[in-house]
Amino acid sequence: MTAVAGRSGASPLVSVRDLAVHFPVKKGLFGKPRGVVRAVDGVSFDVFPGETLALVGESGCGKTTTGRAVLRLVEATAGTILFDGTDVRALKAEPLRKLRRQMQIVFQDPFSSLNPRMTVGATVREGLIIHELAEGAEADARVRRLLEEVGLRPDQASRYPHELSGGQRQRVGIARALAVEPRFIVCDEPVSALDVSVQAQVVNLLQDLQRDRGLAYLFIAHDLSVVQHVADRVAVMYLGRIVETARGEALYDEPLMPYTQALLSAVPVPDPDAKRQRIVLMGDVPSPASPPSGCVFHPRCHHPAKDAACARIVPPLESKGESSGSGKDADTPHLVACIKQPPTSVDDATQRAAGATHSPQRYLPVVGAR
Amino acid sequence: MTADPLLEVNDLHTTFATDAGPARAVDGVSFTVGRGETVGLVGESGCGKSVTALSILRLIDGAGRIEKGSRIVLEGRDLLSLSEREMRGVRGNRVAMIWQEPLSALNPVMTVGDQIAEVARVHAGASRADARAKAVEMLRLVGIADPEQRAHEYPHQLSGGMRQRVVIALALVMSPALLIADEPTTALDVTIQAQILELLAEVQQRMGMSILLITHDLGVVAETASRVIVMYAGEVVEEAGVRELFAAAHHPYTEGLMRAMPRVGGSAERLATIPGAVPPPTDWPHGCRFRERCPYAWELCEREHPPLYQIGDAHRSRCPLAIEPERRNHPHLPIAAATNAGAGA
Repeated sequence: MTAVAGRSGASPLVSVRDLAVHFPVKKGLFGKPRGVVRAVDGVSFDVFPGETLALVGESGCGKTTTGRAVLRLVEATAGTILFDGTDVRALKAEPLRKLRRQMQIVFQDPFSSLNPRMTVGATVREGLIIHELAEGAEADARVRRLLEEVGLRPDQASRYPHELSGGQRQRVGIARALAVEPRFIVCDEPVSALDVSVQAQVVNLLQDLQRDRGLAYLFIAHDLSVVQHVADRVAVMYLGRIVETARGEALYDEPLMPYTQALLSAVPVPDPDAKRQRIVLMGDVPSPASPPSGCVFHPRCHHPAKDAACARIVPPLESKGESSGSGKDADTPHLVACIKQPPTSVDDATQRAAGATHSPQRYLPVVGAR
Repeated sequence: MTADPLLEVNDLHTTFATDAGPARAVDGVSFTVGRGETVGLVGESGCGKSVTALSILRLIDGAGRIEKGSRIVLEGRDLLSLSEREMRGVRGNRVAMIWQEPLSALNPVMTVGDQIAEVARVHAGASRADARAKAVEMLRLVGIADPEQRAHEYPHQLSGGMRQRVVIALALVMSPALLIADEPTTALDVTIQAQILELLAEVQQRMGMSILLITHDLGVVAETASRVIVMYAGEVVEEAGVRELFAAAHHPYTEGLMRAMPRVGGSAERLATIPGAVPPPTDWPHGCRFRERCPYAWELCEREHPPLYQIGDAHRSRCPLAIEPERRNHPHLPIAAATNAGAGA
């Protein structure tokens, strides 16, 4: 399987190959597993030092599970996860605990992810103590510096989470993650619960921290407009798979996977005069317990060349020819999982054998959404 | 502003008793909704937009009360002078409301068909069979495939988008004149949001009702509303036709919101922010309530609580930049930014 490659030259900090996370579905209280939910089903990507890879998709697409599996907060069913060359899945408890210093997470809901009985200071301090990075007065000093770095006042260290606003709590969540000096942070919908004006403050903070500390982010989000502001590269997930990935500009300028097109066209535009073609998808996302055959998106697909082959052939995530971006990122490929967008390695003969009635044709109903 | 509005809210004050003193959640709000019109009520958490909606339906509970002098007139009737019994005849019949979280608006132990049928029986006195038929008809109206089948299902068996369709069906059973939609798509995925917004526009056209759409999302407003009311700290701070507002927002808060909003199609540059956060409703700042977060504020803003200035025909803004526009050319760092972002958000 092709990996979602990043910049050439540098070696990836995080490298994920063919990641799968399947959850058993049980019947009754003591029942036997009667099937599996394929929450994540063959996902590959790299995250390079200092860059942001965004995983976008709608509820249930597996983006959050992917993020957690990378940190081993949920156990993967298959695949490999390398962090700076270390095989994360093979680690025993103690080395894993040590490695977690370098990989942190910021959650969506800063209220439920903070201990209500711990002060802000104690919350941020905890990681320093556990990882034996500092203690006593030195730890206190570092907590103060961290709070200032995320835009809180040092005297707010004695506050409890309920005394803070949503934006302030998210800043605490970020300070806590930063305390152990990680190199990689999974940001799981970090601004989704915040109001617009506060959301902008936190987005800018995350970008400043990335620049100052050279952090790599796996930025998990459903909001394509936020993602456009933060991501170097974007991977779109649908039903546990990556269906399209490219540099941000390329993805927003020329989305090729029909699902990405629908997703982009559905984002409301704050301009009453905007004339945009909206693709309204029919129905709901199918259950990951029984994903559709072939291309998982085919039952809702609006590509004019969609035909029987789409229900039979699992589309490879493959390059659609053009290089995207420029300069040092010129060779970041634009990968799309769709056998109806040319060029494709699934040739006409193969498609016809699978019942195809249409040849692949370039279909671009949404252009220049950026 | 419409000559013969469907709804007229006049000087609405809704206050809640809290440990920190009275919280003036809605503090002198006036606006109208015309017949067949969609009005967007926009603002961030804590600005009072949801309490305004609940006040219209008189669903303010024990700790809160609508102050004397407030007026809410629907179809010529003063809702605040009605008895609770009369009010029950208004809710659901003339005004209906849909909520952000469809699951909590539905009864988990009743089939969706029975829930819709119940409304038809209670409000219209329909027979069992008629109510049943009405339920299926409503489910079909809101675009649920296989309505006869779906009517027998429970809310947990439906997807989020379908649940919101059922909630809309429930709200429309009695063909209300006004539908209040409080963040109807906020809990939904963006592709499902597109479906629901399309559905709302469709049923509005078919039934000719007015919609008061409460949302924090300027994109949703731009696509659905014809007129927009922006609330901040319990007050209306700006009101304009949707084109006018997006072309030339006047109030610095509206301006800030629009700049802070990341948009697909915008530049990928750094987002503008509004420093600080909305103040608590127990302690609105004196003078202009946005003053500490405002890049233009001057001494007048501290001294006087600004009135709503008329900017154009149907455009009003609670900001004295209306009378001293040249001050817009000299923005400065807001107080909230100077005293550290930590003081706010």
